[in-house]
Order: sequence, then structure tokens, then C-alpha cells
Amino acid sequence: MDNSGTYFVAGALPEAATPTEPLPPWTSTRVVGARLPRVDAYERVSGTAVYPIDVVLPEMLYAGILRCPHPHARVRRVDLSPALALPGVRAAIGPDSPGADIPWYRAQGRAWSRLLDRHCRHQGEEVAAVAAETPYQVADALKAIAVEYEVLPFVLDEEQATAPGAPPVHEGSNRVGEPAVYERGDVAAGLAAAAVVVERTFRTACELHAPMEVHGSVVRWDGNRLTVWDTTQGVFAVQAEVARALGLPLAHVRVIGHYMGGGFGAKLEAGKYTVLAALLARATGRPVKLFLPREDTFLATGNRPANRLTVKLGAARDGTLTALEITSLGAAGAYPASAAATFMATELYACPNVRARDETVFIHAGRARPMRAPGYPQCAWALEQAMDELAGKLGMDPLALRLKNVPRTAQRRGNLPYSTAGLEECLRRGAEAFGWERARRARPGRATIRRGVGMAACFWGFSGGPPSTAIVKLFSDGSATLTMGASDIGTGTKTVMAMVAAEELAIPVERIAVEHADTGTTPYATPSGGSKTVPTDSPAVRAAAAAVRRQVLELAAAQLQRPVEELTLREGRVVTPADPSVSLPMSALEGLQRQGVLVGVGTRAPNPEGTVTIPFAAHFAEVEVNTATGEVRVLRVVAAQDSGRVLNRLTFDNQTLGGVVMGLGFALTEERVLDPATGRMVNANLHDYKLPTMLDVPVEMACVAIDRPDEAFNSTGTKGLGEPATIPTAAAVANAIFHATGVRVTDAPITPARFLAAAGGKRG
Amino acid sequence: MKDEDGHKGHCCGGVSRRGFLSSVGAGAVLAAAGLPAVPVAAEQPADPAELVRVTLRINGRAHRLLVEPRWSLLFVLRERLVLTGTKVGCERGECGACTVLVDGLPRYACLTLAVEAQGHEVTTIEGLLRGEELGVVQQAFLEEDAFQCGFCTPGQIMAAEGLLRANPDPTVAEIRAAMAGNLCRCGAYAHIVKAVRRAAAARREVGHG
Repeated sequence: MDNSGTYFVAGALPEAATPTEPLPPWTSTRVVGARLPRVDAYERVSGTAVYPIDVVLPEMLYAGILRCPHPHARVRRVDLSPALALPGVRAAIGPDSPGADIPWYRAQGRAWSRLLDRHCRHQGEEVAAVAAETPYQVADALKAIAVEYEVLPFVLDEEQATAPGAPPVHEGSNRVGEPAVYERGDVAAGLAAAAVVVERTFRTACELHAPMEVHGSVVRWDGNRLTVWDTTQGVFAVQAEVARALGLPLAHVRVIGHYMGGGFGAKLEAGKYTVLAALLARATGRPVKLFLPREDTFLATGNRPANRLTVKLGAARDGTLTALEITSLGAAGAYPASAAATFMATELYACPNVRARDETVFIHAGRARPMRAPGYPQCAWALEQAMDELAGKLGMDPLALRLKNVPRTAQRRGNLPYSTAGLEECLRRGAEAFGWERARRARPGRATIRRGVGMAACFWGFSGGPPSTAIVKLFSDGSATLTMGASDIGTGTKTVMAMVAAEELAIPVERIAVEHADTGTTPYATPSGGSKTVPTDSPAVRAAAAAVRRQVLELAAAQLQRPVEELTLREGRVVTPADPSVSLPMSALEGLQRQGVLVGVGTRAPNPEGTVTIPFAAHFAEVEVNTATGEVRVLRVVAAQDSGRVLNRLTFDNQTLGGVVMGLGFALTEERVLDPATGRMVNANLHDYKLPTMLDVPVEMACVAIDRPDEAFNSTGTKGLGEPATIPTAAAVANAIFHATGVRVTDAPITPARFLAAAGGKRG
Repeated sequence: MKDEDGHKGHCCGGVSRRGFLSSVGAGAVLAAAGLPAVPVAAEQPADPAELVRVTLRINGRAHRLLVEPRWSLLFVLRERLVLTGTKVGCERGECGACTVLVDGLPRYACLTLAVEAQGHEVTTIEGLLRGEELGVVQQAFLEEDAFQCGFCTPGQIMAAEGLLRANPDPTVAEIRAAMAGNLCRCGAYAHIVKAVRRAAAARREVGHG
């Protein structure tokens, strides 16, 4: 389907045991839906939260990685001895050291490289590693290692990758598999029947995840057992890969990821750094800390591939779409990954005649990883600008064109109905909150500085599913511990899950402690990514709390000698709604006192059959463009999000606006720049790779939460938010720039230079 | 509060970012040369691995340490004193995660040598706590949910603390300018502005302002 599969367990979704009794939807809630500060806010604002990079162990060594400076080279010779002779250096490993041949980049049934491979296929590929007493000595040692490279020809441009004579990245073609083609209806007939046709080619830039905590691990051996503190979105994914690489039983690899400083898809898999650190730690008998320098994270920890997309749309005079054709070309980098980007175009709008083609190629650059809605912002950039252009040709309002083509079913998935379909509501309520009609009517004028408004819509194609298991432990005083495997990657997972448990147990969130993301102590969870953590794991949490609740009520029924059906929980007490004289604090439950704790285990029920569940969004932006300099200022953004039930409005707003900020970076500033002469990245740092700062984002940003529980989908009525919050922002900005200036800028990011180039003779 | 970019970075107690970087290129000793308390001869190149004795005042406490002249304040705080509330993001003055206060002014600890910090009062995120109780700015960040992953947060809070000590009643524009040297990849900027405004109001209420 597309590369979002990376977020999920490979193959068919495994079925988890159905909870003992299906939980009905909440009819009213007291905790869920509130605006609550995070349960771990104290740790995060006080500085007491220990992120993996903060772990300091007795006798700990520091380690670093020597990386290939060339886009394509063969390592002829590595001399580690000058490094080993330096003060403080305790170990060094190179391509001939034990463990260097551990298979890496496994895909399509084989390994495409090794841990330290002599054949380097991108700048930043790992060549050697050292451990020393301080990071400064590590840096000295890395400089001292003598490496002789045979520099080889390279290809960086995805369009040249499959041209005759292009240097092969691997043996054979530079294609990553055959292009994927999807078709329904008859596009040629649909175009022939169209009153209006638009066609245009768009380009997006390669974006870097750039989480604030760089990638890395601290590792410690105890005999043949390994403990890893890793900054990751999925401790179980890291455990599996590290155990396989080192030939260890899963039970002997404990991965802990209590806090982590952002991932956005770049931390869904184990890094070579973890295994290198483990090899160095084993060689020295000491714990090792290996975190990447910021510059290295730009080269070797994934990216959102650049895409070249061509969209052709046909519509009847009234705006009804008759045909849609989209082709995409993107680069995986040097190892298999997907750069597919057309999926959203095949389902966002109703259209009977569709053809989509995705091609992914190898180039000599760092491998792509899923980045916040992989493929989707690229698709929105092209599709939603083309829709804007189509509206212009039809003389229609862009909002009206979209409303005209809202789909009733998931057209690519058996025409199944959506369990909840929020696209129309996002469009209407977002437009209302933004003041679309009035803002759109305002004339941009002919002054140098012009204002305009634009909008774009999206969905995100997944909502998670099994497996997920959670455990709730109720103590004898009525406080509880929630144990779950999921990572909290900054989305507030711990907080909303504690709220779900608090709702079910009728106790305040403050009475709940959360244990999470530790393969040694928590149940299994898939990595936190793909906007699936809440819809996947919150029903398991609710089921676990409900299992405890049932035990409490049964104990109370025995103690009070009343039928269990008469009893319920309210504010930490067992009560009978019909009889106010019955009110028993949980701490007075004799059975609970005897037992010490009650334990409830909950699992995620399978997704319902016969429907498709996905979140939707529509974003609206107002910009100001200086037509003389090409500078763009985004003045305000409204983001309307349908993600099912809102568990916590405070964190919901925060995540939505954060998605908007990332979308603004995609639209205006973020771009990996490779030097065509040397093949090296020239902006591999946070000064030259421009993340949005506070001054680059509007003061005025608002989130419209549709907040309609998807009760058919899961027991919490939730869908995901992280990805749909960022998908349409950039396209909305591009459309606003067009509205302001009449200049269609097809290439992202829209830098002043790109705007001026596109403006050409239209300036002034 | 702005360096020559007027964009990212804080003016650092007389050492501008660009000036500092060039002095590092010429040898760490030059950056330390202006501080007479350091027992390193300013004229001779120092052995980068030779340990020197420093006394650092951090959060009101004196720490006597042996450090290499090239060690950053950030490294000493995090890896030697295990004050890991101060975060490391880029080690080149671009992200602001390591922001601490030096004599009350926000400063990037990654671009400050440990020897350079001698004789100055260093305040880290841990220093804003009163016992286990959060400081005013920390509490405001908690209440406004002014973070997501929380990794840039200590730096954001220290930048805000520095701003409010210098300007107790900043406008939104002043807040945005003062906080622009602190990147937040999660994009919590809208809530950060709210938190700084809330903190300013709370500080005035308790008489800090």
C-alpha cells in the first residue's frame, strides 16, 4: 500500500484476545476530555526527567563513530593503531574487527550491508568506532584513525538514478523494486469527459527529522545480559534488532526508553550506534555511552525523501472530478526504503477514474525513514495545489470544490464506509473558524506586500490495531499503577492513558503512576508512530482498568451483600446510585486489603470488519508576501482536526499546532542541500538547515477539534492525530501565496529565491 | 540579547558567538585568556589534556574540580556533576537546549568553557527549584503544557527566566525575540509564549518583578 507499513507489525494484523466483556462507549466522562497538564510535567520542567542521553553510569566510557566523508567509496585500509595510542582511548573497532560483519539493512529477504562495511554508499556511512574516557578523547581518536578510501562515482539526483550509465548503488538497477501502479476506472475516458483539465509537476525537498535529542544509547553488560537506554519510539523494536544482531535471547536484552527527546519517525528502529556501543562495552568491560554529534544525525538517521510529483486532474463544469492521475518519483537513499507518495490522492476526493504510480530509486545518500506521515505532505503539496488550480480554472471557490468532491466511501479499500468521516466537517468548521469566505473575498491588491489566504485538506490512512496489552495494578489505598509498553514521544501518551485508567477506576489522575517503555517490566507494544498509539493502546488500557473495576465491584458486592449490578464506582468509592447510604471507599474493601493489590490485564480487541477508520484534517492559512524580496510571513493558521474523541484538549491543541509548525518548515525553510560536485551535504547543522524558530511561526494559531467519538472503531472512540496535524499545512501556505500574488510556486520549500524565480515577469 | 544574526543565540557575557568560534579555532586557551583566575599562562599553548583546577559556583554551591581547558561548561555540568537537567542538542550554539544563566543572563553552556565560567554564578534548571517545589517559570510551563517531548524545555525555561529577570513585563514581540534562540522541534511555540506570559504575571504577583 505505502511505506506507512513501517509503523506496524509486518504481515496480517495479529488478533489479540477479545477482552472478557466488550466495553460500551462512555456515555459521559469526568476525566477524559479535560484540559489536564501532563502526568510527567514535573519531571520535564524540573530537569529531573532522565532521558537516555542523561544516563551517567559509574566507570562509563564514551564512544564515537568514524564516518565516510564521501558519497560513494570503498575503504581500502583502516589503521586504528594511532587512535589506540592516544591517552584515554580504551577500544577501537573497524571493518575487520569481530562483529563488523553483522548483517544490516535487512529488506526483501537479504541484508544489504554490514555493521561496518568496506563499501560505503553514502556520506556518513559507518567505518570505525572508538571508546575513550571522555568525549574529547573520542574526538581526538576519531581524527587519528587513518583511512584510505577509493572514491567512486555517485548519483544523487533521483531523476538521473535510472538514466543509462548512472553509477549503481547496488548490483543491478537503481530501482527499489518495480514501480507500484494502482488503477480504477478509465482515466483516459475521464479526461476526455472533463470540461477542465489541469496538469502540473511539483517538487518537494528532502527533509530531516532533527529531533532535539540526538540518536544514541547507553549500554551496560552484566555477563551476557545487556541493558540499553535508547532514545527510541519503540523499545520492543530495538530489543528485537539488537538481540538478533548480537545473537542474544530477547530476555537478555532489556531496552529502557522512559523519556525520549523526539523522533518523528527517525527512531522507530535500532541504530548501528547501539550495537557498536555494545561491542565496545563488551571489549572493555565497561558501560558505554554513544550519542551522535548533531551533524551526523543529518547524514545517517533517516529523512523524508524528496519527491517529484505530477498531477493531472479532470473535472466537469460543476467541479465534479472525472479523472485523477498522479505519478511520483522519490529516492530511498542508499538502502531499501519507500518513497511512495500517492496513496492519499487515490482516496481523498471522490473520483471514479484514477491512476497512481509510485517509483522509488536508490541514490548515494542517507537512507530514508518514515517521517511524520511518510509520503502524505508531499502528496498534499501536489494534489492540493492542483485542486487549487482546478478551482481557479473552474471559477470556483477552492473550499467549494473540495466540498463538492467529499468521498462517501474508502474508494481504494473495497468502497467500505468510513466508521466516522470528518472531512466535510473539518472543511466547514475550519472555514468558519478561519473566516474563510470574508478573507477569500478580500482583494490582494497591487502593493509590494500582499496578503492572501489558502487552504488544504488531508486524511491519514491508518488508525492502528492489535496487538497491545496493558496492566493496571490497584493498591490497597485505591491508588493505581498503569504499566504499558508504549513510548511517550512527546505526544502525551502517558497522560492520556492515565486519564483513561482514571476514568474507568473513578479516581483522580494524581492517584495513578505510569510505568512504560521498558522491555524488562512492561507488556509488549508496537512502536509509537503512525498516529496509532492512542487508538491502539488506549482501548487496552481501558480494558485493563475495567478488569480491575470488575474485581473491585465483585469484592464490594460480597462485602456489602448486594448484587454487583447495583454497584458502581464514583470518586474512589463503591456506591449504589439508587441508595445514597451505600458508600464504601475502595480502601475499605476487605478483599483488597487481604490481597494487597488487584491486577487487571487488558488487550486491544481486533478492529471491526467492514469499515475503514482514518483521521481527517483541513488547514487554513493567511500569508503576507513581499513581492519585491520574496519573503513570506505566515500570519495565522487554523487547523481543523477530526481524530475521534479528544482525550485531553490541552495536549491535543499542542500536538496539532506542533504539526502546523513542522508543516511550515516543509513549506518555507527546510531542505537538505547536497553539493553536486562532492556529493556531500552542505547544511548538516541546525544553523544552515532551517527549522522554524519562534519568530518563523505565527502568533495566531488555532486548533478546531471536531471531537466526535468513533464508537464503532474502539472502546475509547479515538483515532490518531500526530500525522494529520502536519500533512496539509504546507499546501495551504502555497495556495495562500498564490492567492496573494498569482504566483504558483511548485517547488518546496518556497524560499525567497524560489518565489522570485517563479514570479518571473509577474513581479511589481 | 541578540547576536549579530539577531536571530538565534544569546549575547554571552561579552563573547559573541562568532568571536567565540574563531577563538576556539585558535586554541581554547585564547578564550580562557581573559579570565585571570585560571592558572594557565595566557601566552603559551596549553596542553589540551592537562587538567587545571577550577572552582565553579553552580546554583549557589561551590564545586572544586579538575578540568581540561577545552571542556565545555555543558560537559562538566552534565557528565561530571551529573546535573543533566541542562540538555545537549548541537554543541555549537544553534539550538539553545543547553541554555543556563551566567550571572543572570542566558548563555549557551555548550559555547562556554568550564574555565571561563569560573568566578561567575551559574544557574541551571535545577537551580530554579525550591526544594521539590517548582519555580514560577517552571510551574507556568507545566500549566500551559508548554512542551511536548520536553527535551528543549530546560533551555526554554532558562531563556524565559533570563528574559523575565531583565524585563518583568515583556510584550509578545519581546518574548518571541528573546526565545528565538531556543529551537523546539515539536513546535510547542504557541504554548511557550502563553507560559512566559503566565510566568511574567505570576512573578509580578509574588513580587519578583
